[in-house]
Amino acid sequence: MRVVIVGYGMAGSRLAAELHARSGEHKVTVLGAEPHRAYNRIMLSTLLAGKIDEPDVELAEVAGQGVDVRTGTGVTAIDRAAREVRTDDGDRIGYDHLVLATGSRALVPPLPGLDPTDLPARVAAFRTLDDCRRILAVARDARRVLVLGGGLLGLEAARGLAARGLDVTVVHPVGHLMERQLDPAAGAVLAGTLAGLGVRTELAVGGSGVEVDADEVRLRLTDGRTLAADLLVLSCGVRPETGLAAAAGLAVERGVVVDDRLRTSDPHVSAIGDCAQHDGTLTGLVAPAWAQARVVAQLLSGEDPAVRYRARPAVTRLKAAGIDLAAMGDPTDGPGEELTFADPARGTYARLRIHDERLTGAILLGDNPSVGTVVQLFDRGGPVPTDRRALLLGRAIGTTAATPAESPALMPDAATVCQCNDVRKGALVACWRDGARTVDEVVAATRAATGCGGCREAVTGIVDWLREADSVGAAR
Amino acid sequence: MTDGARAATPPVALPREAETHCPYCALQCGMVLRAEGDRVEVLPRQFPTNRGGLCQKGWTAAELLDHPERLTTPLLRDASGELRPATWDAALDRVAAGIRAVQSGHGRDAVAVFGGGGLTNEKAYALGKFARVALRTRHIDYNGRWCMSSAAAAGIRAFGVDRGLPFPLADLARADTLLLVGANPAETMPPLLRHLTDQRQRGGRLIVVDPRVTATARQADLHLQPLPGTDLAVANALLHIALTEGLVDKAYVDARTTGFEQVRRTVAGYWPAEVERLSGVPVADLEATARALAGGSAIILTARGAEQHAKGVDTVSAFVNLALALGLPGRPGSGYGCLTGQGNGQGGREHGQKSDQLPGYRKIDDPAARAHVAGVWGVDPDDLPGPGVPAYRLLDSLGTPGGPRAMLVFGSNPVVSAPRAARVTERLRGLDLLVVADFLLSETAALADVVLPVAQWAEEEGTMTNLEGRVLRRQALRRPPPGVRTDLDILAGLAARLDDGEPGTGPAGTPTTTTGTGAAAAQPAGRAARQFPTDPRVVFAELRRASAGGPADYAGITWERIERDEGVFWPCPDPDGPDAPRLFADRFPTPDGRARFHPVTHRPAAEEVCAEYPLHFTTGRVLAQYQSGTQTRRVAALRRAAPGGFVELHPDLADRLGVDEGDELVVTSRRGELRAPARLSPTIRPDTVFAPFHWGGAARANSVTNDATDPVSGMPEFKICAVRVEKA
Repeated sequence: MRVVIVGYGMAGSRLAAELHARSGEHKVTVLGAEPHRAYNRIMLSTLLAGKIDEPDVELAEVAGQGVDVRTGTGVTAIDRAAREVRTDDGDRIGYDHLVLATGSRALVPPLPGLDPTDLPARVAAFRTLDDCRRILAVARDARRVLVLGGGLLGLEAARGLAARGLDVTVVHPVGHLMERQLDPAAGAVLAGTLAGLGVRTELAVGGSGVEVDADEVRLRLTDGRTLAADLLVLSCGVRPETGLAAAAGLAVERGVVVDDRLRTSDPHVSAIGDCAQHDGTLTGLVAPAWAQARVVAQLLSGEDPAVRYRARPAVTRLKAAGIDLAAMGDPTDGPGEELTFADPARGTYARLRIHDERLTGAILLGDNPSVGTVVQLFDRGGPVPTDRRALLLGRAIGTTAATPAESPALMPDAATVCQCNDVRKGALVACWRDGARTVDEVVAATRAATGCGGCREAVTGIVDWLREADSVGAAR
Repeated sequence: MTDGARAATPPVALPREAETHCPYCALQCGMVLRAEGDRVEVLPRQFPTNRGGLCQKGWTAAELLDHPERLTTPLLRDASGELRPATWDAALDRVAAGIRAVQSGHGRDAVAVFGGGGLTNEKAYALGKFARVALRTRHIDYNGRWCMSSAAAAGIRAFGVDRGLPFPLADLARADTLLLVGANPAETMPPLLRHLTDQRQRGGRLIVVDPRVTATARQADLHLQPLPGTDLAVANALLHIALTEGLVDKAYVDARTTGFEQVRRTVAGYWPAEVERLSGVPVADLEATARALAGGSAIILTARGAEQHAKGVDTVSAFVNLALALGLPGRPGSGYGCLTGQGNGQGGREHGQKSDQLPGYRKIDDPAARAHVAGVWGVDPDDLPGPGVPAYRLLDSLGTPGGPRAMLVFGSNPVVSAPRAARVTERLRGLDLLVVADFLLSETAALADVVLPVAQWAEEEGTMTNLEGRVLRRQALRRPPPGVRTDLDILAGLAARLDDGEPGTGPAGTPTTTTGTGAAAAQPAGRAARQFPTDPRVVFAELRRASAGGPADYAGITWERIERDEGVFWPCPDPDGPDAPRLFADRFPTPDGRARFHPVTHRPAAEEVCAEYPLHFTTGRVLAQYQSGTQTRRVAALRRAAPGGFVELHPDLADRLGVDEGDELVVTSRRGELRAPARLSPTIRPDTVFAPFHWGGAARANSVTNDATDPVSGMPEFKICAVRVEKA
């Protein structure tokens, strides 16, 4: 079977790898419009921060192992009748099955001074490796940066650039940051955290125009002010790349419409990742794109003809130096219990919603040791702990460190002092009564502290206590 | 009298005190045995591994020497199906006749040998040789396959050699950060913690990765508690973080390794948030771990928790990749290691008990290795069988068409310790002949047609190789009781009987052996006698020659040198040359001298939870029991400390199931069920239940475990399967 994958981003490269990992007679051709090897988009903000180099973001690839990868090759049209795609270098490539993994493109806001097809110097979107290169080229000599858009990607870019020592301001037209994931209180805590990291925020104010000259870029604001900077990064959302599909007559709404098998309105064509719309929803995240790639590979290889894609609820995670944010579901609304904890001064905020013993939404910001547990419970729909505090304090509940040495007087005789040799306090006391008078004698007689040696201090404490008790008794 | 002469003709009075090592785990704690009248007293001894410490198992080890249940006569199953006492001649004749019958009817491979990681080097070596030379079967493997085989395979593929710890244990104290993955030494080898105490006192950090808050995890500065079966992803995420934070030692990677590019691109797909979702380990903890491992000295150790999976080899490789990327192996106070479990798990895997190996850790399909070993054995290389199959595949094929029809078991109890144990039991029952050599009637011995009583550790000389790759001397305090023989005696006696009439043996191939009150059989005459000496010192001398030039080279190790130097670390090719406490300082024993990265990807467990079996099940150990419990369950003090199996579960789960502490539970998987009382503990994940595997009968944990195995190592997936739990 000839499989052609349009798009060599995170979804397309993953599908190629998944197909390669499965046996079966398929010839896979991947066509990537970008000139690069497949790279990990998630790591681009780290690249912006200057912690890693471009090669570090490359993903494992299967090119040359029965998979034909053509980078720098755009697809101009799909001829569904002939089952072939046409490329911008004039080639025609036939397929038995076509998979669209065209992703999405950054949205350029309709502001005077911004031409989406030809952004001025000092202005860059934040979506692709080329965008990153563009940003970094300007950032090298920049001091001040404006980021338009305070959503997840905008904040990641802001944090990355701030980590380079730049003076960063985020302009966000809504009243609080990441409003799609956060409630106002969490947004406020996040803004405070960002401020501590050198990122200023201008909220509830949008851009109204952009001017660029040789020295700087100026963003006019809807409240009449103008902010100047050396670099303007646009992070105003993305749009699925659906042009090719629409032109080919496939059903397209916001994205290319697919069913549970990730098939479009043409059974010989599938779509996965950012460009696909499944069950009315666009995902825009990597995890579902990879899950979709796996399903398509299982179907195309014949490994599991019955497999279907089931969307998992999204978890938004922003983790950068100094910021730890997890948001999932909707904790602000709906039936059930609500748990909250807030320590804004230290940047910690937690709000969780539980319905029917299941977690239906959570915002965790700052130092929440429970975050791993909460993410898994939400993801897997597991029952929440009886002691709800475990959801806020994580492992702190029920898993305290080894019992601190209690006062020997209060310790029951049955308490095990030495685990390695199963020696209880009563045995140590009996040994003392039998005449042992030093720690070494007690140890020799009872074998306490002869294993890992960790209880030697406790044994010493008990011997000291016995000695003291005896001397008090003698003085009387 | 020289030692050699003494060994050849044992004097009447052996010393009343013997410096030896504990019979149990791979820590091989130094101990002194002292005979006080009829009693044998155990005293701890200062040795670099245990430094004077002993756990309760070691202290009480001598209780089994004169245990009322000790086997002191061979047992034969009679026509009515009962095991009855018999003479050695009758027993060995029966075994030899059974072997002949099976082999003449079904070929040489129809007889299998199953060894153990507790056997001395001499016995492990002799057993491998016996299989290949006397039986000429390809079917030999051992329970070490269920111990560290995944780490062994990963170690060989990365470093070119498998030595559990490539550095002395005391190096743990020098590590700024110690990462223990699926290791619980506080319960499995308590005296090891003395080194951790040192490490902590030097300001070092301890990080533990374990789904349970074990006694070891409680001592950690940081505990990562992943969902069972996700360690590989955790390791890849740690390497991902090391990359994104610039913690990779690029100079080391360039100079000392190959294959990093592919690993780098693979781990690019393991960003922390994704792995957090998969494993439940918070991103912040992953980051803290990666940072703690970088920049100073650090040691990463894996054990069964990471290794006993159908992806065990790849999981270990993921941690080895991490160690290599951080430049740890070969640096002082740094590196990767595996905590071997069984007493001679290390030596037992080096000298020919493994289905694919010849002595010296040679590969059986390597023509040069075959030629060398055949030369030492005085046989034609073409007569040596080829590789057999790993332990579980071997057991699963017993009595099936084309599978072995007879099996000899030495030092193992697969009825309790094998995965999917009910099936294994059924397979054992399907054999024409099952022979078990043991000193107690283990659950496996109870199924045997012939049970051969053997000597215990305090009654034999030999060597063991501990978890550090340090070869140690096991010294006898006393002789075996009347009626008991050593494993070497048994092999010699069988070899003589199986010998097909070469000069020096009688026509029936059965030279007379003494059967009086003396414990040891007289040395049979003839070729079999030359090939299967019963004196362990002679066997060791031959082992040295057989291992010479192999990866685990013992050629330069002598018993005297071991006694003089507190053990000798292999490889040691030259009696006058140095041994090798620390490996990899300058090069790795690979063809190009570089360590090899190996890209690995996470995949789900062989069996994931579902609506019908909604909980994860995992197995492990408790402090007061050892392995299948054949020995420790019979020691009164240990039985008091750990009287029986149990099912550990979280109070929340217990609440949902309506279960109280002590209620009898039934844990059911697709393969079987176990019944044991509930033990509630808030330290286990609420989606996971745990049971120790030391017990047979209804509480047998391995009735439930999954027999899916690792494609490279043959390691079964003991550590994760799907179950449901109900009140009985």
